[in-house]
Amino acid sequence: MDFLTLVQILDSTIRLATPLLLACLAGLYSERSGIFDIGLEGKMLAAAFFSGAVAFQYDSVWIGLLAGIGASMTLSALHGAASITFRGNQLISGVAINFLAAGLTVVIAQDWFKQGGRTPPLEGPARFQPIDWPGAQAMRADFLAARAENPDHFSLSPIYFDLISGHTILVYIAILAVPATWWLLFRTRFGLRLRAVGENPEAVDTAGVSVIALRYAAVGICGILCGIAGAYLATALQAGFVKDMTAGRGFIALAALIFAKWRPVQALYATFLFGFLQAIALRPNAIEGLLGFKVQVQLLDALPYILTVVILAGFVGKAIPPRAGGEPYVKER
Amino acid sequence: MQKMPQWADVFLIPVISLLIATFLSGLVILAIGENPIEAVKIMITGSLASTYGWGYTLYYATNFMFTGLAVSVAFHARLFNIGGEGQAALGGLGVALVCLSFDWPHWTLALPAAIVGGAIFGAAWAAIPAYLQARRGSHIVITTIMFNFIGAALLNYLLVNVMRPQGAMDPASARFPDGASLPTFQDMAGIFGVTMFRGAPVNVTFFIAVLACFLVWLLIWRTRLGYEIRAYGHSETAAVYAGISPFKITMIAMLISGALAGMMAINNVMGEAERLVLNSVEGAGFIGIAVALMGRSHPLGVALAALLFGFLYQGGAELSLWSSIPRELIVVIQALVILFTGALDNMVRMPLEKAFLKFGKGGA
Repeated sequence: MDFLTLVQILDSTIRLATPLLLACLAGLYSERSGIFDIGLEGKMLAAAFFSGAVAFQYDSVWIGLLAGIGASMTLSALHGAASITFRGNQLISGVAINFLAAGLTVVIAQDWFKQGGRTPPLEGPARFQPIDWPGAQAMRADFLAARAENPDHFSLSPIYFDLISGHTILVYIAILAVPATWWLLFRTRFGLRLRAVGENPEAVDTAGVSVIALRYAAVGICGILCGIAGAYLATALQAGFVKDMTAGRGFIALAALIFAKWRPVQALYATFLFGFLQAIALRPNAIEGLLGFKVQVQLLDALPYILTVVILAGFVGKAIPPRAGGEPYVKER
Repeated sequence: MQKMPQWADVFLIPVISLLIATFLSGLVILAIGENPIEAVKIMITGSLASTYGWGYTLYYATNFMFTGLAVSVAFHARLFNIGGEGQAALGGLGVALVCLSFDWPHWTLALPAAIVGGAIFGAAWAAIPAYLQARRGSHIVITTIMFNFIGAALLNYLLVNVMRPQGAMDPASARFPDGASLPTFQDMAGIFGVTMFRGAPVNVTFFIAVLACFLVWLLIWRTRLGYEIRAYGHSETAAVYAGISPFKITMIAMLISGALAGMMAINNVMGEAERLVLNSVEGAGFIGIAVALMGRSHPLGVALAALLFGFLYQGGAELSLWSSIPRELIVVIQALVILFTGALDNMVRMPLEKAFLKFGKGGA
């Protein structure tokens, strides 16, 4: 495998890891506050549809992004109502949200656009466009010219113009969200309380801080991040919404969250690892060239889940979830 | 003190939840500019007005009885088995291997073998998450979700690379031998010289599903093991004091659950498709969750809820044929049922409990 192929694979790794990273951080806020969320998939799907549909309608990707976040937060509010206010089963609520999104997006899309449950293709201002960093275009031209002269020309410049430059704004937002999340969770009072409420809500309540408000705040942040993740799928990674376009990404994000043991920086590593697996699955020839034998695509598809089960089993380090996770908080006890 | 009479708990709450779900679904239909009354008419005509419609309704109900029972048995041990989809898919593999391995002379011989095959493969797929939960404390919901995806990838690999007959294009196994073909209701009616259920896939598996409901009832409420499962589900600490092993109960409950999900395959793989195709389960494993919640984890409730969902499925298919409402509306209804009977149960229960307390006082 030559250097350029590697850069291309890493480039698609970044593209494919971005929605996983955003959804993984979304789950991190929710689960750190003690609310399990297996509805990440549904929230992303709803956001993907509404961002695509509204971006098409108004020919503006930013209005689309807002609509996507709004849709995702509506489902978050539902999850919050079920699991915080009515003390219902958080897992069942997550399952319901996934189905609600899977069904409603197609029903509404069919009614709205009559194209078999998809939005029309997005173009121009209705999509997020790649951002070129200063000098990247000139560097690419230089590189291609040198390459035309001498096919063995080698330079590290593709790392800059292909890998670092040329992504949509949401990719950079996702990566910046990692240090931001770390800072918020581990360096602010809000973060301390959020983590405490997921471990020992009684203590937080005794200190006079509202458990309910903190958990709603966490679920709300989760909704925003899932909304961005969904909007990225429909308006940046692809040009429009298609039925079931999340394709299990919400669950891969959930797997990454466990793999990262509910920590933000490790979430970055985990999602990039899983993004890398998706990227090489798209290029079976490259792996064959590298390893000398054929790796089944299905194995690459299943690998994130297998790795997560191994981690969960505690054979490689132990993944311990927040202690109060999944338990509704009852004040009077 | 009991806040509500038992009939309200087992009957009134599910019915009210169902009414809310129906009402909201009606609003969705209105919102997309269709007539809800007309939609219900199409659904009833399509699924209940002919023996053909009934044949499909009962066929779907058979699937949902198995997956609903699977979720219910795990619920009794307070385990949420969300992996019915994967277990049913693996059950399909077991059934296919049994059917293909031998040129079966008659279905009465093939059926018991296929039941065992499906049950063993389904149980095996539940065994690893169960063991990890019991010994390692890994959350069973997460591991069973992961196993759904791993199972899908495994079947995809096997059907594309291993089980596909030479020269065939679509990823599916070879056809099962004729001796493994289960009699449909149409065949059975034919014995009496009546033409009924023409072309509908409902088959002898329906009776196995009904029998399974009865056996699960017997197991849960009439045996020592069932008592232990329920005791463990109510309170793990109390169960440990009573000498019940959490490891044993977790394993047994999940193995039974997986086996029931796997047995669904005798209906859809052996009874209907007569070969193993990709994604043969088609979401029935997840519908089992809605069915178990709706049926309050009681086999009778599960059977009724399975019938209701069978009706919704067949009705939904007719709806997408005869109106512009897509099939996915059924997924919305399914989501609302799960939401109101499962997650928002307290929203229905709390006001009702208050009403009963007030009413009870007034009467006394």
